Amino acid sequence: MALLQVRDLSVRFVRKQEPTVSAVDGVSFDVQAGRTVGLVGESGCGKSVTSLAIMGLLPGRGTEVSGSVRLDGDELLRLPRRELDRRRGRDMSMVFQDPLTSLNPVVPIGVQISEVMERHRGMSRRVARGEAAKLLERVGIPDPGRRLKEYSHQLSGGMRQRALIAMALACEPRVLVADEPTTALDVTIQAQILNLLRELVAETGTALIMITHDLGVVAGTCDEVNVLYAGRIVESAERHELFAGPRHPYTAGLMASVPRLDTPRGNRLAPISGSVEDNIPWEDGCAFSPRCSRALPRCSERTPEIEPIEAGRWLRCHNPIEEHARNTERPHD
Amino acid sequence: MTETTGEPNSGSAVPDGAGAQEPADRPLVELRDLRVHFPIKRGVLLDRTVGWVYAVDGVSLRIDRGSTYGLVGESGCGKSTLGKTVLRLEKPSSGSIVLDGTDMSRVSGEPLRRMRRRMQMVFQDTLSSLDPRQSVESLLVEGLRAHGMDEGRGRTERRLRELLSAVGLPASALRRYPHEFSGGQRQRVGIARALAVEPELVVADEPVSALDVSVQAQVLNVLRDLQDEYGLTYLVIAHDLAVVRHVADRVGVMYLGGLVEEADSDELYERPLHPYTRALLSAVPVPDPEVEDSRERILLSGDLPSPADPPAGCPFQTRCPWRQPGVCDVERPEPRELGEGHRVACHYAESIRDGALPGGSAGTVE
Amino acid sequence: MVPGTQRGKRIDELAESGSDGSAGISLAASAWRRLRRSPTFLLGAGIIAAFVLLALVSPLLAQHDPALRLLEDQVSRADNSIPEPQGDFPLGGDQYGRPLLSRLLLGSQQTLLVALTATVLGLGGGLTLGILAGAFGGWVDTVVMRVVDVLLSVPSLLLAVSIGALFQQQSRFTVIIAVATVQIPIFGRLLRGTMLAQRASDHVLAARALGVKQRSVVFRHMLPNALGPVVVQATLMLAVAIIDAAALSFLGLGAADTSTPEWGQMLGSAQNFFDTHPHLAFWPAGCIIVVALGFTLVGESLRDALDPKKRR
Repeated sequence: MALLQVRDLSVRFVRKQEPTVSAVDGVSFDVQAGRTVGLVGESGCGKSVTSLAIMGLLPGRGTEVSGSVRLDGDELLRLPRRELDRRRGRDMSMVFQDPLTSLNPVVPIGVQISEVMERHRGMSRRVARGEAAKLLERVGIPDPGRRLKEYSHQLSGGMRQRALIAMALACEPRVLVADEPTTALDVTIQAQILNLLRELVAETGTALIMITHDLGVVAGTCDEVNVLYAGRIVESAERHELFAGPRHPYTAGLMASVPRLDTPRGNRLAPISGSVEDNIPWEDGCAFSPRCSRALPRCSERTPEIEPIEAGRWLRCHNPIEEHARNTERPHD
Repeated sequence: MTETTGEPNSGSAVPDGAGAQEPADRPLVELRDLRVHFPIKRGVLLDRTVGWVYAVDGVSLRIDRGSTYGLVGESGCGKSTLGKTVLRLEKPSSGSIVLDGTDMSRVSGEPLRRMRRRMQMVFQDTLSSLDPRQSVESLLVEGLRAHGMDEGRGRTERRLRELLSAVGLPASALRRYPHEFSGGQRQRVGIARALAVEPELVVADEPVSALDVSVQAQVLNVLRDLQDEYGLTYLVIAHDLAVVRHVADRVGVMYLGGLVEEADSDELYERPLHPYTRALLSAVPVPDPEVEDSRERILLSGDLPSPADPPAGCPFQTRCPWRQPGVCDVERPEPRELGEGHRVACHYAESIRDGALPGGSAGTVE
Repeated sequence: MVPGTQRGKRIDELAESGSDGSAGISLAASAWRRLRRSPTFLLGAGIIAAFVLLALVSPLLAQHDPALRLLEDQVSRADNSIPEPQGDFPLGGDQYGRPLLSRLLLGSQQTLLVALTATVLGLGGGLTLGILAGAFGGWVDTVVMRVVDVLLSVPSLLLAVSIGALFQQQSRFTVIIAVATVQIPIFGRLLRGTMLAQRASDHVLAARALGVKQRSVVFRHMLPNALGPVVVQATLMLAVAIIDAAALSFLGLGAADTSTPEWGQMLGSAQNFFDTHPHLAFWPAGCIIVVALGFTLVGESLRDALDPKKRR
């Protein structure tokens, strides 16, 4: 059985005097230990809300969460608050996009990390301090003894993100959720952080949920990829399969619209028309259909269901891209 | 303050090493040893200068008419300051900015304002760069009015519709306000606004980095179509090397206020010579698992030094995997020409290229 | 294209359907839209409307001349008695036997006049200073702000009292000057801050890059965007002005001639009768509190409505 099982997860924001917003709508996926699963999509696709729902970090008021999130078979969504707080931090932790606002500015880095270990692993302060120094070294922060005493504003952006990852790793979590962990960083620093995450997954067997909008990051880190659009998974596949032959027009559109380092200059990009505001509700049909170049009349009449099309591959589309491209366009492998 | 308006029109006011050139092959923009240093001030009542931020520190480059120059670098490298200085939104500390034969570095006041018609800017943050209180129509008309190009109601209206259709917006957008548009549409408004005054040079500072991936391509295509149609010259500033690769004819790589490498786009991406460019290119994620799994990465250690306290010698020496003690930490390398139009500021560029210098592998993984 | 229900704004499709003829929604319009639904605003606006209306029609409502000592015969210094409410005089009379209700009704005129004039003068002075400092920066800014700092370092009421005391002859005019002077540095500092923020903003940089003239940049782009907090402050300051004016009158720095009624001055002259006739203070004080509350409520709801983070 998978380490983390997400089934039919839905999140609705209910506000007075405003229409209810369905941010996440029936999302299901598995995460195995030592594997990285990507949640990919553009702003407003529900990828961050999904991760917050899994972590139990959504505000209670005004949000309705339904479905199931099982860690090792234990249902997390129905755990009592206290028990959930205990497991979060010990079994699951999260790395956010903005390391500056995620760290407490008035508490030294070292104290923030060792507190987590004192609380969840029952270490004495002394032992925890020692462990914190080891962790900082582990995530590639030079001179950890000195850094432990520093405050978040004294560290550079890359250092802060490393410190945040160190804090997330403090309890050797079995599931790590990384929400756009490198978006705020420069490319050379991004490369360092992604490398660190790859090593961690390989060495500790932590399951990593990677949330990103960057297809390049996905291609370099994720084993399995879930593409989200307007709160639903539209395509889900193993990484090589997905990039070699996207079947959903949205996935294909995303890939065609990104400029790449290895394509010659001057090739015209093929953008997706419109923007994410141009959706129809999923209840009326495919939310992507107003922007879709392959849309058929039924796309705006009947909601497409997500269906398995082959082992490990799921698709939600009435008129998917044919498979032919895959056999011809893969020279090696 | 000395005003040197009018004088540059004589042509000879600008010393030119290559002698008198025909306007046709004269570059539209030429920067010579441009420096922009910001004072760090402290003090309660009277400000005292306690140091300098060397935001741009000796950059020389040329941008040919009708071409696109891509400026890449990481945050804090001075690329945005350079862009603003080219447009004279910042004052250069020294060096010259020559636009079509006119040295703009000392022009100010009304003559400068009038020159702004010829050079325009496209911003990164589409929401904050458009006045929230103005409708699209008044935002677009404003430029025309400022430069006396507002020639009667009928003609202006026609011109506005023309502009909107050039950037792919419907005429109904005229009466709307910036917050009513999506990010991509707002960027189109920003582009239309810049184009309204018929500029020759457009400086685009991170024009697509705030936009959703699927929308970035739309805006990049609009920029290209406009260049083809109006013969615009672009200076595109971006941290995303893939975007620059896609749009630029010539690319300059900035690090800590200086240009470390400059070449034609294909040349630079295929044969990067400077260690920083090589590291940068190897760090950009490529949306292709086959490439990602097999590529060599040069992982740089550490972070960018502070531009207020740049290291001695080569600015990149603190992070360079090929650093040679006794040389790199002593002498600042000047840009040298290696191959046609390919300039590199590195003491050991050839040896690194030929693999003759040990050390690089220490920073390489896989 | 694909039919289907639409959600959000579909500018592209508006073009295809040949424009829907509706104009865009400006910031002010969307703020007004939110204001109309705010109970706080409605309550505050209601109070202010009633107050202004009262000030306009009070000459018609008041049955008696407020300056006439109609009930003087019922005033007795000896046993400290004051006219009781009676027939034509629902609230009785004041310590001089003048009709209290009529004085209260007509007092709204002077109170409104003092508050409004003082705030307009304070706002005008503050705007001038703020624009000078914020738009030009440099030494102008330094000089203006040092003066403002000095004025702000004195507690506002103390400052108003000192200014009021400077005049040989106290009058309503001196009250207005004193209250306005206190407001100038507050408005000046606020506007200077928002102007400086505007000066550093992207859209002002964009306007400069476009070659828009300096005057136009200041008055078309910086000032309108910097005014939001000032408008809010002005509304709140009207409440403060009413209270400050009342305080000055209370302290005896108001008009010496009390024949024209004004709430603050009525409250001030009631202070000797607090223990025996509290209603003399209660009525003007109550009016001041309710009206000040009205302005405060409107100010607070304006602040919310103009908050760009709450747009849409």
